[in-house]
Amino acid sequence: MNWLLVAVGAAVGAPLRYLTDRAVQYRTGFAFPWGTLTVNAGGCALLGLLTAVAPPDVRLLLGTGLCGALTTYSTFSFETLKLAENGARGAALGNVALSLGAGLAAVYAGAGIGHAIWG
Amino acid sequence: MLRGQGRVVAAVAAGGVFGACARYGLGLWWPTARDGFPWTTLLVNAVGCAAIGVVLVVLTEGPRVPHPLLRPFLATGVLGGFTTFSTYAVDAQQLFDHGLPGRAVLYLGGTLLAALGAVWAASGATRAVLSARAGRGAGA
Repeated sequence: MNWLLVAVGAAVGAPLRYLTDRAVQYRTGFAFPWGTLTVNAGGCALLGLLTAVAPPDVRLLLGTGLCGALTTYSTFSFETLKLAENGARGAALGNVALSLGAGLAAVYAGAGIGHAIWG
Repeated sequence: MLRGQGRVVAAVAAGGVFGACARYGLGLWWPTARDGFPWTTLLVNAVGCAAIGVVLVVLTEGPRVPHPLLRPFLATGVLGGFTTFSTYAVDAQQLFDHGLPGRAVLYLGGTLLAALGAVWAASGATRAVLSARAGRGAGA
């Protein structure tokens, strides 16, 4: 049952990442990986909230499954490397700083919202 | 935007299920205590970054044109679902909240260095192998 929860969450989270990334990059152009930044920050906010207040089976479905598949470290790393290889070192550093900053801020914001609403 | 995307979305979803279940399984096999150093997530992310370095260089710079669903399945799906940024950030938050800021910063920086080092080394090594093979092919 636990495996099924993780699988169902991932079956939604991974395509949600793909489609959100496409929608964001379509609007912002391809010079900077705003799409991955968006899904990572969004997933961090949701997982921060879930970790603060959700019961274990909901955390497996929406946390380990959905948020885990929605967010990605591999694409973040590859895109950062691409920026650096293409000579955009400032953008590469900016991507690292923004991803870390936005991710951590989103976790705390999500946890804060969870505690404010559900105690 | 969604026109003609059905097969790609299905490939991403199927790959994501594989990747996420592998990550979940490793977490069960090698669990991390609440205030312990999250080695499992660090290793999952570093291994996934090395793998994406190999996969994307082979698919985008290799000699053969890959099947159009291979990149969505393997890179976006399996490796995207295997690695995680949200657990990374929440792991760090938990360490901060347990009064272990040094361990949190070490984890944040250690994962970053391991991940970027892995993708850089793996893509460089894959490029070297591809060009050595291309050189042999041209000489034959």
